Amino acid sequence: MSIQRQAHDGLAELAVPPLPRHLVRQGRRDWTLIMLLVPALGFLAVFFAYPMADILMRSFDGDQGFTLEHYGRFFERTIYVRVLLITFEISGSVTVLTLIIAYPLAFVLATVSRRTAAILMAMVLIPFFTSILVRTYAWIVILGPEGLFNQVLGGLGFDPVQLLYNRPSVLIGMTYTLLPYMVLTLYSVMRGIDAQLVRAAYSLGASDWNVFRRILLPHTMPGIIGGSLLVFILAVGYYITPRLMGGDRDQMMATIIEYQVDLLLNWNFASALAAILLTITLVGFGLYAWLVGLRTLFESRT
Amino acid sequence: MTDFVRHIPLSWRRGAKLLPLYLAAAFGLLFLIGPLLVIVPVSFSPAQYLTFPPTGFSLQWYERFFSRPEWMDSVWVSIQVATLSMILTSVLGLLASLSLVRGRFRGKTLVYAVILSPMIVPVIVTALGTFFFFSRLGLVGTVLAIAIGHTIVALPIVVIIVSATLQGFDERVEQAAISLGASPVTAFRRVTLPMIAPGIVSGALFAFLTSFDELIIPLFLGGPETQTLAVRIWNSVLLEIEPTIAAVSSFLIAVALLVLILAGLLGRARGHSQPAAGATETGGN
Repeated sequence: MSIQRQAHDGLAELAVPPLPRHLVRQGRRDWTLIMLLVPALGFLAVFFAYPMADILMRSFDGDQGFTLEHYGRFFERTIYVRVLLITFEISGSVTVLTLIIAYPLAFVLATVSRRTAAILMAMVLIPFFTSILVRTYAWIVILGPEGLFNQVLGGLGFDPVQLLYNRPSVLIGMTYTLLPYMVLTLYSVMRGIDAQLVRAAYSLGASDWNVFRRILLPHTMPGIIGGSLLVFILAVGYYITPRLMGGDRDQMMATIIEYQVDLLLNWNFASALAAILLTITLVGFGLYAWLVGLRTLFESRT
Repeated sequence: MTDFVRHIPLSWRRGAKLLPLYLAAAFGLLFLIGPLLVIVPVSFSPAQYLTFPPTGFSLQWYERFFSRPEWMDSVWVSIQVATLSMILTSVLGLLASLSLVRGRFRGKTLVYAVILSPMIVPVIVTALGTFFFFSRLGLVGTVLAIAIGHTIVALPIVVIIVSATLQGFDERVEQAAISLGASPVTAFRRVTLPMIAPGIVSGALFAFLTSFDELIIPLFLGGPETQTLAVRIWNSVLLEIEPTIAAVSSFLIAVALLVLILAGLLGRARGHSQPAAGATETGGN
Protein backbone atom coordinates (compact mmCIF):
# COMPACT_ATOMS: atom_id res chain seq x y z
CA MET A 1 0.00 0.00 0.00
CA SER A 2 1.46 3.35 -0.95
CA ILE A 3 1.68 6.24 1.40
CA GLN A 4 -0.66 8.25 -0.76
CA ARG A 5 -3.18 5.49 -0.67
CA GLN A 6 -3.00 5.42 3.10
CA ALA A 7 -3.56 9.12 3.24
CA HIS A 8 -6.75 8.67 1.26
CA ASP A 9 -7.90 5.83 3.41
CA GLY A 10 -7.29 8.06 6.42
CA LEU A 11 -10.74 9.02 7.52
CA ALA A 12 -12.81 6.82 5.30
CA GLU A 13 -12.14 4.03 7.76
CA LEU A 14 -13.67 6.03 10.54
CA ALA A 15 -17.09 5.97 8.91
CA VAL A 16 -19.34 3.07 9.71
CA PRO A 17 -20.87 1.36 6.68
CA PRO A 18 -24.26 2.85 5.81
CA LEU A 19 -27.23 1.23 7.47
CA PRO A 20 -30.27 -0.20 5.72
CA ARG A 21 -32.40 2.79 4.79
CA HIS A 22 -35.56 1.67 6.56
CA LEU A 23 -33.69 1.59 9.86
CA VAL A 24 -32.45 5.13 9.71
CA ARG A 25 -34.53 8.22 10.01
CA GLN A 26 -31.80 9.88 8.07
CA GLY A 27 -32.30 13.64 8.31
CA ARG A 28 -33.17 14.10 11.92
CA ARG A 29 -30.69 11.59 13.17
CA ASP A 30 -27.85 13.17 11.34
CA TRP A 31 -28.67 16.58 12.73
CA THR A 32 -28.68 15.21 16.24
CA LEU A 33 -25.35 13.54 15.56
CA ILE A 34 -23.80 16.72 14.26
CA MET A 35 -25.06 18.60 17.31
CA LEU A 36 -23.11 16.19 19.49
CA LEU A 37 -19.93 17.81 18.24
CA VAL A 38 -20.94 21.18 19.63
CA PRO A 39 -19.76 20.66 23.25
CA ALA A 40 -16.28 19.44 22.27
CA LEU A 41 -15.77 21.95 19.47
CA GLY A 42 -17.23 24.75 21.59
CA PHE A 43 -14.88 23.83 24.40
CA LEU A 44 -11.87 23.79 22.07
CA ALA A 45 -12.93 27.06 20.45
CA VAL A 46 -13.05 28.88 23.78
CA PHE A 47 -10.16 27.28 25.65
CA PHE A 48 -7.83 26.29 22.82
CA ALA A 49 -8.44 28.11 19.53
CA TYR A 50 -9.07 31.48 21.14
CA PRO A 51 -5.90 31.31 23.27
CA MET A 52 -3.92 30.32 20.16
CA ALA A 53 -5.35 33.32 18.32
CA ASP A 54 -4.52 35.43 21.35
CA ILE A 55 -0.89 34.31 21.18
CA LEU A 56 -0.78 35.34 17.51
CA MET A 57 -2.32 38.75 18.30
CA ARG A 58 0.10 39.38 21.13
CA SER A 59 3.03 38.46 18.94
CA PHE A 60 2.13 41.46 16.73
CA ASP A 61 1.29 43.74 19.62
CA GLY A 62 3.59 46.67 20.44
CA ASP A 63 3.31 49.92 22.38
CA GLN A 64 1.76 51.65 19.39
CA GLY A 65 -0.44 48.90 18.09
CA PHE A 66 0.60 46.54 15.32
CA THR A 67 4.28 45.79 15.13
CA LEU A 68 6.72 43.29 13.74
CA GLU A 69 9.36 44.18 16.34
CA HIS A 70 9.09 40.86 18.20
CA TYR A 71 9.71 38.85 15.07
CA GLY A 72 12.38 41.33 14.03
CA ARG A 73 14.09 40.86 17.36
CA PHE A 74 13.96 37.10 16.92
CA PHE A 75 15.54 37.07 13.49
CA GLU A 76 18.03 39.87 14.16
CA ARG A 77 19.63 38.45 17.24
CA THR A 78 21.82 35.53 16.42
CA ILE A 79 21.16 34.02 19.84
CA TYR A 80 17.49 33.37 19.07
CA VAL A 81 18.11 32.11 15.56
CA ARG A 82 20.71 29.83 17.06
CA VAL A 83 18.16 28.45 19.51
CA LEU A 84 15.92 27.67 16.56
CA LEU A 85 18.77 25.91 14.77
CA ILE A 86 19.67 23.99 17.94
CA THR A 87 16.02 22.95 18.23
CA PHE A 88 16.06 21.57 14.69
CA GLU A 89 19.44 19.97 15.20
CA ILE A 90 18.43 18.19 18.40
CA SER A 91 15.04 17.14 17.02
CA GLY A 92 16.63 15.81 13.85
CA SER A 93 19.28 13.85 15.75
CA VAL A 94 16.69 12.41 18.11
CA THR A 95 14.54 11.36 15.15
CA VAL A 96 17.45 9.50 13.55
CA LEU A 97 18.49 7.89 16.85
CA THR A 98 14.98 6.67 17.66
CA LEU A 99 14.65 5.27 14.14
CA ILE A 100 17.93 3.34 14.41
CA ILE A 101 17.06 1.87 17.81
CA ALA A 102 13.38 1.25 17.08
CA TYR A 103 13.62 -0.42 13.68
CA PRO A 104 15.20 -3.76 14.73
CA LEU A 105 13.15 -3.77 17.93
CA ALA A 106 9.87 -3.27 16.08
CA PHE A 107 10.87 -5.94 13.57
CA VAL A 108 11.53 -8.49 16.29
CA LEU A 109 8.26 -7.52 18.03
CA ALA A 110 6.38 -8.10 14.78
CA THR A 111 7.95 -11.48 14.08
CA VAL A 112 8.09 -13.27 17.44
CA SER A 113 5.18 -15.35 18.69
CA ARG A 114 2.14 -13.58 20.04
CA ARG A 115 2.92 -14.48 23.63
CA THR A 116 6.53 -13.30 23.49
CA ALA A 117 5.40 -10.14 21.72
CA ALA A 118 2.96 -9.39 24.55
CA ILE A 119 5.72 -9.58 27.16
CA LEU A 120 8.16 -7.53 25.11
CA MET A 121 5.43 -5.03 24.31
CA ALA A 122 4.87 -4.48 28.03
CA MET A 123 8.50 -3.41 28.24
CA VAL A 124 7.75 -0.75 25.63
CA LEU A 125 4.41 0.35 27.06
CA ILE A 126 5.38 0.66 30.73
CA PRO A 127 7.95 3.39 30.10
CA PHE A 128 5.61 4.90 27.49
CA PHE A 129 2.91 5.43 30.10
CA THR A 130 5.29 6.63 32.79
CA SER A 131 5.51 10.38 33.23
CA ILE A 132 8.22 12.08 31.17
CA LEU A 133 9.34 13.90 34.29
CA VAL A 134 9.96 10.59 36.07
CA ARG A 135 11.75 9.11 33.08
CA THR A 136 14.00 12.15 32.77
CA TYR A 137 14.70 12.05 36.49
CA ALA A 138 15.75 8.41 36.17
CA TRP A 139 18.46 9.48 33.73
CA ILE A 140 19.59 12.24 36.08
CA VAL A 141 19.96 9.61 38.80
CA ILE A 142 22.07 7.53 36.43
CA LEU A 143 24.19 10.26 34.84
CA GLY A 144 24.30 12.91 37.59
CA PRO A 145 27.50 14.16 39.28
CA GLU A 146 26.89 11.80 42.19
CA GLY A 147 24.91 9.45 40.02
CA LEU A 148 25.19 5.75 39.58
CA PHE A 149 27.54 5.87 36.63
CA ASN A 150 29.99 8.03 38.52
CA GLN A 151 29.70 5.83 41.60
CA VAL A 152 30.76 2.88 39.52
CA LEU A 153 33.63 4.92 38.08
CA GLY A 154 34.63 6.00 41.59
CA GLY A 155 34.53 2.40 42.75
CA LEU A 156 36.97 1.55 39.99
CA GLY A 157 39.24 4.34 41.10
CA PHE A 158 38.47 6.87 38.38
CA ASP A 159 37.60 10.52 38.80
CA PRO A 160 33.95 11.43 38.26
CA VAL A 161 33.05 12.76 34.84
CA GLN A 162 30.48 15.37 33.88
CA LEU A 163 27.79 13.50 31.96
CA LEU A 164 24.89 15.87 32.40
CA TYR A 165 24.14 19.32 31.01
CA ASN A 166 25.57 18.67 27.58
CA ARG A 167 24.35 17.67 24.14
CA PRO A 168 24.77 13.90 24.50
CA SER A 169 22.74 13.83 27.73
CA VAL A 170 19.89 15.77 26.08
CA LEU A 171 19.96 13.37 23.15
CA ILE A 172 19.92 10.36 25.49
CA GLY A 173 17.02 11.73 27.52
CA MET A 174 14.94 12.75 24.52
CA THR A 175 15.66 9.58 22.56
CA TYR A 176 14.65 7.64 25.61
CA THR A 177 11.33 9.41 26.14
CA LEU A 178 10.38 9.47 22.45
CA LEU A 179 11.48 5.97 21.49
CA PRO A 180 8.12 4.27 22.22
CA TYR A 181 6.35 6.45 19.62
CA MET A 182 8.73 5.24 16.95
CA VAL A 183 8.57 1.60 18.07
CA LEU A 184 4.76 1.59 18.11
CA THR A 185 4.43 3.32 14.75
CA LEU A 186 6.88 0.98 13.04
CA TYR A 187 5.38 -2.04 14.75
CA SER A 188 1.86 -1.31 13.55
CA VAL A 189 3.12 -1.02 9.98
CA MET A 190 5.34 -4.10 10.15
CA ARG A 191 2.55 -6.21 11.55
CA GLY A 192 0.55 -5.45 8.44
CA ILE A 193 3.21 -6.66 5.98
CA ASP A 194 2.23 -9.75 4.09
CA ALA A 195 4.71 -12.46 5.08
CA GLN A 196 4.04 -14.21 1.76
CA LEU A 197 5.97 -11.45 0.04
CA VAL A 198 9.06 -12.24 2.06
CA ARG A 199 8.64 -15.93 1.43
CA ALA A 200 8.14 -15.42 -2.28
CA ALA A 201 11.25 -13.25 -2.51
CA TYR A 202 13.34 -15.91 -0.80
CA SER A 203 11.93 -18.67 -2.94
CA LEU A 204 12.99 -16.65 -5.97
CA GLY A 205 16.50 -16.54 -4.60
CA ALA A 206 16.73 -13.07 -3.10
CA SER A 207 19.49 -12.38 -0.61
CA ASP A 208 18.77 -11.05 2.89
CA TRP A 209 19.97 -7.64 1.85
CA ASN A 210 17.71 -7.59 -1.19
CA VAL A 211 14.74 -8.73 0.86
CA PHE A 212 15.37 -5.86 3.22
CA ARG A 213 15.97 -3.28 0.51
CA ARG A 214 13.30 -4.31 -1.97
CA ILE A 215 10.55 -5.59 0.32
CA LEU A 216 10.88 -4.59 3.94
CA LEU A 217 12.13 -1.08 3.40
CA PRO A 218 9.49 0.03 0.87
CA HIS A 219 6.70 -1.63 2.84
CA THR A 220 7.76 -0.07 6.11
CA MET A 221 8.26 3.35 4.50
CA PRO A 222 4.88 4.68 5.75
CA GLY A 223 5.99 3.75 9.27
CA ILE A 224 9.42 5.29 8.82
CA ILE A 225 7.96 8.53 7.50
CA GLY A 226 5.08 8.61 9.97
CA GLY A 227 7.22 7.74 12.99
CA SER A 228 9.93 10.21 12.02
CA LEU A 229 7.48 13.07 11.49
CA LEU A 230 5.74 12.27 14.77
CA VAL A 231 8.97 12.11 16.78
CA PHE A 232 10.30 15.25 15.11
CA ILE A 233 7.10 17.22 15.77
CA LEU A 234 7.02 16.16 19.41
CA ALA A 235 10.75 16.80 19.85
CA VAL A 236 10.54 20.34 18.50
CA GLY A 237 8.26 21.33 21.39
CA TYR A 238 10.19 19.51 24.11
CA TYR A 239 10.61 21.31 27.39
CA ILE A 240 11.24 19.04 30.36
CA THR A 241 14.22 17.02 29.14
CA PRO A 242 16.35 19.84 27.65
CA ARG A 243 15.60 21.99 30.67
CA LEU A 244 16.73 19.33 33.14
CA MET A 245 19.48 17.60 31.18
CA GLY A 246 20.82 20.29 28.87
CA GLY A 247 23.46 22.96 29.31
CA ASP A 248 23.20 26.56 28.14
CA ARG A 249 23.99 25.52 24.60
CA ASP A 250 21.26 22.88 24.48
CA GLN A 251 18.25 24.99 25.30
CA MET A 252 15.40 24.69 22.85
CA MET A 253 12.48 26.89 21.78
CA ALA A 254 10.21 25.72 24.59
CA THR A 255 12.73 26.42 27.32
CA ILE A 256 13.36 29.96 26.15
CA ILE A 257 9.61 30.60 25.91
CA GLU A 258 9.24 29.60 29.54
CA TYR A 259 12.26 31.76 30.41
CA GLN A 260 10.74 34.80 28.69
CA VAL A 261 7.45 34.37 30.51
CA ASP A 262 8.65 33.39 33.93
CA LEU A 263 11.77 35.44 34.46
CA LEU A 264 11.66 38.28 31.96
CA LEU A 265 7.86 38.71 31.96
CA ASN A 266 8.18 39.46 28.27
CA TRP A 267 4.80 38.07 27.27
CA ASN A 268 4.59 39.48 23.77
CA PHE A 269 8.02 38.31 22.75
CA ALA A 270 7.24 34.91 24.28
CA SER A 271 4.10 34.90 22.13
CA ALA A 272 6.16 35.50 19.00
CA LEU A 273 8.41 32.59 19.96
CA ALA A 274 5.34 30.43 20.63
CA ALA A 275 3.83 31.44 17.28
CA ILE A 276 7.02 30.37 15.48
CA LEU A 277 7.03 27.05 17.33
CA LEU A 278 3.33 26.58 16.61
CA THR A 279 3.86 27.23 12.90
CA ILE A 280 6.64 24.65 12.70
CA THR A 281 4.47 22.09 14.45
CA LEU A 282 1.41 22.74 12.31
CA VAL A 283 3.45 22.42 9.13
CA GLY A 284 4.67 19.06 10.44
CA PHE A 285 1.12 18.05 11.34
CA GLY A 286 -0.09 19.02 7.86
CA LEU A 287 2.70 16.99 6.27
CA TYR A 288 1.72 14.06 8.45
CA ALA A 289 -1.95 14.28 7.53
CA TRP A 290 -1.05 14.57 3.86
CA LEU A 291 1.58 11.82 3.70
CA VAL A 292 0.37 9.30 6.22
CA GLY A 293 -3.22 10.18 7.11
CA LEU A 294 -4.63 11.07 10.49
CA ARG A 295 -6.30 7.78 11.07
CA THR A 296 -2.95 6.08 11.47
CA LEU A 297 -1.68 8.71 13.88
CA PHE A 298 -2.66 6.84 17.01
CA GLU A 299 -4.56 3.87 15.81
CA SER A 300 -4.59 0.51 17.48
CA ARG A 301 -1.06 -0.49 18.10
CA THR A 302 -0.87 -3.16 20.70
CA MET B 1 0.97 -11.12 11.23
CA THR B 2 2.21 -13.25 14.05
CA ASP B 3 2.84 -15.99 11.54
CA PHE B 4 5.46 -13.88 9.92
CA VAL B 5 8.31 -15.82 11.49
CA ARG B 6 7.05 -19.14 10.28
CA HIS B 7 7.15 -17.90 6.74
CA ILE B 8 10.71 -16.78 6.99
CA PRO B 9 12.78 -19.56 5.45
CA LEU B 10 14.99 -21.66 7.64
CA SER B 11 18.17 -20.32 6.15
CA TRP B 12 17.17 -16.94 7.51
CA ARG B 13 15.99 -18.07 10.86
CA ARG B 14 18.89 -20.32 11.42
CA GLY B 15 21.81 -19.42 13.56
CA ALA B 16 24.09 -16.49 13.78
CA LYS B 17 22.70 -14.40 10.98
CA LEU B 18 19.85 -13.19 13.11
CA LEU B 19 22.00 -12.62 16.16
CA PRO B 20 22.84 -8.97 15.42
CA LEU B 21 19.13 -8.30 14.91
CA TYR B 22 18.20 -9.83 18.26
CA LEU B 23 21.08 -8.07 19.99
CA ALA B 24 19.92 -4.74 18.58
CA ALA B 25 16.36 -5.43 19.75
CA ALA B 26 17.61 -6.50 23.19
CA PHE B 27 19.58 -3.28 23.44
CA GLY B 28 16.44 -1.31 22.61
CA LEU B 29 14.41 -3.11 25.25
CA LEU B 30 17.12 -2.72 27.88
CA PHE B 31 17.38 0.95 27.06
CA LEU B 32 13.62 1.32 27.53
CA ILE B 33 13.18 -0.58 30.74
CA GLY B 34 16.61 -0.15 32.39
CA PRO B 35 16.18 3.34 33.85
CA LEU B 36 12.90 2.33 35.47
CA LEU B 37 14.55 -0.77 36.91
CA VAL B 38 17.17 1.51 38.41
CA ILE B 39 14.85 4.05 39.97
CA VAL B 40 12.64 1.62 41.84
CA PRO B 41 15.41 -0.09 43.88
CA VAL B 42 16.99 3.31 44.58
CA SER B 43 13.75 4.39 46.24
CA PHE B 44 14.18 1.64 48.85
CA SER B 45 17.65 2.82 49.75
CA PRO B 46 18.53 2.95 53.45
CA ALA B 47 21.32 5.44 52.78
CA GLN B 48 20.97 9.21 52.97
CA TYR B 49 22.02 9.62 49.36
CA LEU B 50 21.57 7.76 46.11
CA THR B 51 23.31 4.44 45.90
CA PHE B 52 23.14 1.65 43.41
CA PRO B 53 22.98 -1.21 43.95
CA PRO B 54 21.13 -0.44 47.18
CA THR B 55 22.95 -1.40 50.34
CA GLY B 56 19.83 -2.63 52.10
CA PHE B 57 16.13 -2.13 52.29
CA SER B 58 14.29 0.76 53.86
CA LEU B 59 10.95 2.47 53.47
CA GLN B 60 12.24 5.77 54.83
CA TRP B 61 11.70 7.71 51.62
CA TYR B 62 8.17 6.40 51.23
CA GLU B 63 7.54 7.26 54.85
CA ARG B 64 8.74 10.76 54.17
CA PHE B 65 6.62 11.03 51.03
CA PHE B 66 3.44 9.83 52.71
CA SER B 67 3.94 11.72 55.96
CA ARG B 68 4.97 15.15 54.72
CA PRO B 69 1.91 17.37 54.34
CA GLU B 70 3.41 19.29 51.41
CA TRP B 71 3.73 16.08 49.38
CA MET B 72 0.29 14.83 50.38
CA ASP B 73 -1.30 18.21 49.68
CA SER B 74 0.05 18.09 46.15
CA VAL B 75 -1.17 14.52 45.67
CA TRP B 76 -4.60 15.76 46.70
CA VAL B 77 -4.47 18.68 44.27
CA SER B 78 -3.43 16.29 41.50
CA ILE B 79 -6.31 13.94 42.30
CA GLN B 80 -8.80 16.81 42.21
CA VAL B 81 -7.45 18.15 38.93
CA ALA B 82 -7.24 14.72 37.30
CA THR B 83 -10.74 13.70 38.41
CA LEU B 84 -12.37 16.90 37.20
CA SER B 85 -10.47 16.75 33.93
CA MET B 86 -11.33 13.07 33.47
CA ILE B 87 -15.06 13.75 33.85
CA LEU B 88 -15.00 16.71 31.47
CA THR B 89 -12.92 14.86 28.90
CA SER B 90 -15.06 11.72 29.02
CA VAL B 91 -18.33 13.59 28.43
CA LEU B 92 -16.98 15.80 25.64
CA GLY B 93 -15.08 12.89 24.12
CA LEU B 94 -18.00 10.48 24.09
CA LEU B 95 -20.33 12.96 22.41
CA ALA B 96 -17.74 13.94 19.82
CA SER B 97 -16.87 10.30 19.08
CA LEU B 98 -20.52 9.41 18.50
CA SER B 99 -20.75 12.19 16.00
CA LEU B 100 -17.46 11.34 14.29
CA VAL B 101 -18.17 7.64 13.97
CA ARG B 102 -21.85 7.71 13.10
CA GLY B 103 -22.46 11.10 11.59
CA ARG B 104 -22.29 11.74 7.90
CA PHE B 105 -21.28 15.28 7.19
CA ARG B 106 -18.79 17.28 5.22
CA GLY B 107 -15.52 18.34 6.71
CA LYS B 108 -15.23 15.37 9.00
CA THR B 109 -11.50 15.11 8.35
CA LEU B 110 -11.09 18.73 9.37
CA VAL B 111 -13.10 18.25 12.56
CA TYR B 112 -11.05 15.19 13.38
CA ALA B 113 -7.83 17.10 12.76
CA VAL B 114 -9.01 19.94 15.01
CA ILE B 115 -9.85 17.55 17.84
CA LEU B 116 -6.50 15.76 17.51
CA SER B 117 -4.46 18.95 17.17
CA PRO B 118 -3.86 19.51 20.92
CA MET B 119 -1.76 16.33 20.88
CA ILE B 120 0.54 17.86 18.34
CA VAL B 121 0.66 21.48 19.49
CA PRO B 122 3.53 21.75 21.99
CA VAL B 123 2.12 21.77 25.50
CA ILE B 124 4.19 24.85 26.27
CA VAL B 125 2.20 26.76 23.63
CA THR B 126 -1.13 25.50 24.97
CA ALA B 127 0.01 26.36 28.48
CA LEU B 128 1.03 29.87 27.44
CA GLY B 129 -2.27 30.52 25.64
CA THR B 130 -4.43 29.24 28.47
CA PHE B 131 -2.27 31.17 30.93
CA PHE B 132 -3.11 34.44 29.14
CA PHE B 133 -6.76 33.40 29.02
CA PHE B 134 -7.15 32.49 32.67
CA SER B 135 -5.04 35.35 33.96
CA ARG B 136 -7.48 37.73 32.27
CA LEU B 137 -10.30 35.96 34.12
CA GLY B 138 -8.36 35.92 37.38
CA LEU B 139 -8.56 32.13 37.50
CA VAL B 140 -4.85 31.28 37.45
CA GLY B 141 -4.07 29.16 40.48
CA THR B 142 -7.42 27.39 40.56
CA VAL B 143 -8.02 23.67 40.22
CA LEU B 144 -10.62 24.43 37.56
CA ALA B 145 -8.15 26.22 35.30
CA ILE B 146 -5.61 23.39 35.46
CA ALA B 147 -8.34 20.81 34.87
CA ILE B 148 -9.57 22.67 31.79
CA GLY B 149 -6.01 22.87 30.50
CA HIS B 150 -5.63 19.13 30.93
CA THR B 151 -8.98 18.49 29.28
CA ILE B 152 -7.63 20.12 26.11
CA VAL B 153 -4.59 17.86 26.17
CA ALA B 154 -6.48 14.65 27.05
CA LEU B 155 -9.50 15.08 24.76
CA PRO B 156 -7.79 13.55 21.68
CA ILE B 157 -6.85 10.44 23.64
CA VAL B 158 -10.41 9.85 24.77
CA VAL B 159 -11.83 10.52 21.30
CA ILE B 160 -9.40 8.04 19.75
CA ILE B 161 -10.11 5.28 22.27
CA VAL B 162 -13.88 5.78 22.37
CA SER B 163 -14.28 6.09 18.61
CA ALA B 164 -12.23 2.92 18.12
CA THR B 165 -14.63 1.18 20.51
CA LEU B 166 -17.68 2.61 18.76
CA GLN B 167 -16.43 1.38 15.42
CA GLY B 168 -16.24 -2.12 16.81
CA PHE B 169 -19.83 -1.86 18.00
CA ASP B 170 -22.51 -3.22 15.70
CA GLU B 171 -24.97 -0.40 15.37
CA ARG B 172 -27.67 -2.79 14.19
CA VAL B 173 -28.07 -3.98 17.79
CA GLU B 174 -29.15 -0.50 18.75
CA GLN B 175 -31.35 -0.25 15.66
CA ALA B 176 -33.00 -3.51 16.64
CA ALA B 177 -33.94 -2.04 20.01
CA ILE B 178 -35.38 1.00 18.27
CA SER B 179 -37.37 -1.13 15.85
CA LEU B 180 -38.78 -2.97 18.87
CA GLY B 181 -40.13 0.31 20.16
CA ALA B 182 -37.39 1.81 22.31
CA SER B 183 -36.75 5.51 21.89
CA PRO B 184 -33.31 6.33 20.44
CA VAL B 185 -32.18 7.69 23.81
CA THR B 186 -33.38 4.61 25.68
CA ALA B 187 -31.81 2.32 23.11
CA PHE B 188 -28.52 4.16 23.47
CA ARG B 189 -28.66 4.18 27.26
CA ARG B 190 -29.77 0.58 27.75
CA VAL B 191 -28.09 -1.16 24.83
CA THR B 192 -25.15 0.78 23.41
CA LEU B 193 -23.78 2.39 26.55
CA PRO B 194 -23.30 -0.85 28.53
CA MET B 195 -21.59 -2.41 25.54
CA ILE B 196 -19.14 0.41 24.92
CA ALA B 197 -18.61 1.08 28.65
CA PRO B 198 -15.19 -0.65 28.78
CA GLY B 199 -13.92 1.70 26.07
CA ILE B 200 -15.29 4.74 27.86
CA VAL B 201 -13.76 3.66 31.17
CA SER B 202 -10.37 2.97 29.65
CA GLY B 203 -10.50 6.34 27.89
CA ALA B 204 -11.29 7.92 31.25
CA LEU B 205 -8.39 6.10 32.91
CA PHE B 206 -5.92 7.37 30.34
CA ALA B 207 -7.35 10.87 30.69
CA PHE B 208 -6.80 10.64 34.45
CA LEU B 209 -3.24 9.39 34.01
CA THR B 210 -2.41 12.09 31.47
CA SER B 211 -3.59 14.79 33.82
CA PHE B 212 -1.94 13.22 36.85
CA ASP B 213 1.46 13.13 35.13
CA GLU B 214 1.40 16.31 33.09
CA LEU B 215 3.72 19.07 34.28
CA ILE B 216 3.69 22.08 32.00
CA ILE B 217 0.01 23.12 32.22
CA PRO B 218 0.02 23.27 36.05
CA LEU B 219 3.45 24.93 35.93
CA PHE B 220 1.77 27.84 34.12
CA LEU B 221 -1.75 27.65 35.55
CA GLY B 222 -1.07 26.54 39.11
CA GLY B 223 -0.48 28.75 42.11
CA PRO B 224 1.17 28.32 45.52
CA GLU B 225 -1.99 26.68 46.84
CA THR B 226 -2.47 24.47 43.82
CA GLN B 227 0.86 22.75 43.29
CA THR B 228 0.21 19.45 41.62
CA LEU B 229 2.43 16.47 42.35
CA ALA B 230 4.26 16.92 39.04
CA VAL B 231 5.03 20.55 39.88
CA ARG B 232 6.22 19.58 43.36
CA ILE B 233 8.55 16.97 41.84
CA TRP B 234 9.75 19.49 39.30
CA ASN B 235 10.67 22.01 41.98
CA SER B 236 12.46 19.35 44.01
CA VAL B 237 14.41 18.06 41.02
CA LEU B 238 15.53 21.58 40.16
CA LEU B 239 16.75 22.12 43.70
CA GLU B 240 18.38 18.88 44.69
CA ILE B 241 18.55 15.19 44.07
CA GLU B 242 17.18 13.32 47.02
CA PRO B 243 15.81 9.81 47.21
CA THR B 244 12.33 11.04 48.19
CA ILE B 245 11.85 11.86 44.52
CA ALA B 246 12.82 8.30 43.67
CA ALA B 247 10.02 7.13 45.99
CA VAL B 248 7.54 9.56 44.43
CA SER B 249 8.69 8.45 40.97
CA SER B 250 8.16 4.81 41.86
CA PHE B 251 4.70 5.77 43.09
CA LEU B 252 3.95 7.36 39.70
CA ILE B 253 5.29 4.30 37.87
CA ALA B 254 2.93 2.20 39.99
CA VAL B 255 -0.02 4.45 39.07
CA ALA B 256 0.84 4.11 35.36
CA LEU B 257 1.18 0.37 35.71
CA LEU B 258 -2.20 0.17 37.43
CA VAL B 259 -3.87 2.12 34.63
CA LEU B 260 -2.21 -0.10 32.00
CA ILE B 261 -3.34 -3.28 33.74
CA LEU B 262 -6.91 -2.02 34.20
CA ALA B 263 -7.08 -0.90 30.58
CA GLY B 264 -5.71 -4.27 29.51
CA LEU B 265 -8.42 -6.06 31.48
CA LEU B 266 -11.07 -3.76 30.02
CA GLY B 267 -9.69 -4.42 26.56
CA ARG B 268 -10.07 -8.12 27.16
CA ALA B 269 -13.62 -7.54 28.37
CA ARG B 270 -14.28 -5.86 25.07
CA GLY B 271 -13.05 -8.91 23.27
CA HIS B 272 -10.14 -7.37 21.41
CA SER B 273 -6.84 -5.85 22.27
CA GLN B 274 -6.54 -2.39 23.63
CA PRO B 275 -6.99 0.16 20.89
CA ALA B 276 -4.98 3.29 20.71
CA ALA B 277 -2.64 2.45 23.51
CA GLY B 278 -0.37 4.79 21.67
CA ALA B 279 -2.84 7.55 22.23
CA THR B 280 -1.78 8.86 25.53
CA GLU B 281 0.87 11.24 26.68
CA THR B 282 1.50 12.86 23.37
CA GLY B 283 3.19 16.14 23.73
CA GLY B 284 3.44 15.65 27.43
CA ASN B 285 6.94 16.87 26.94
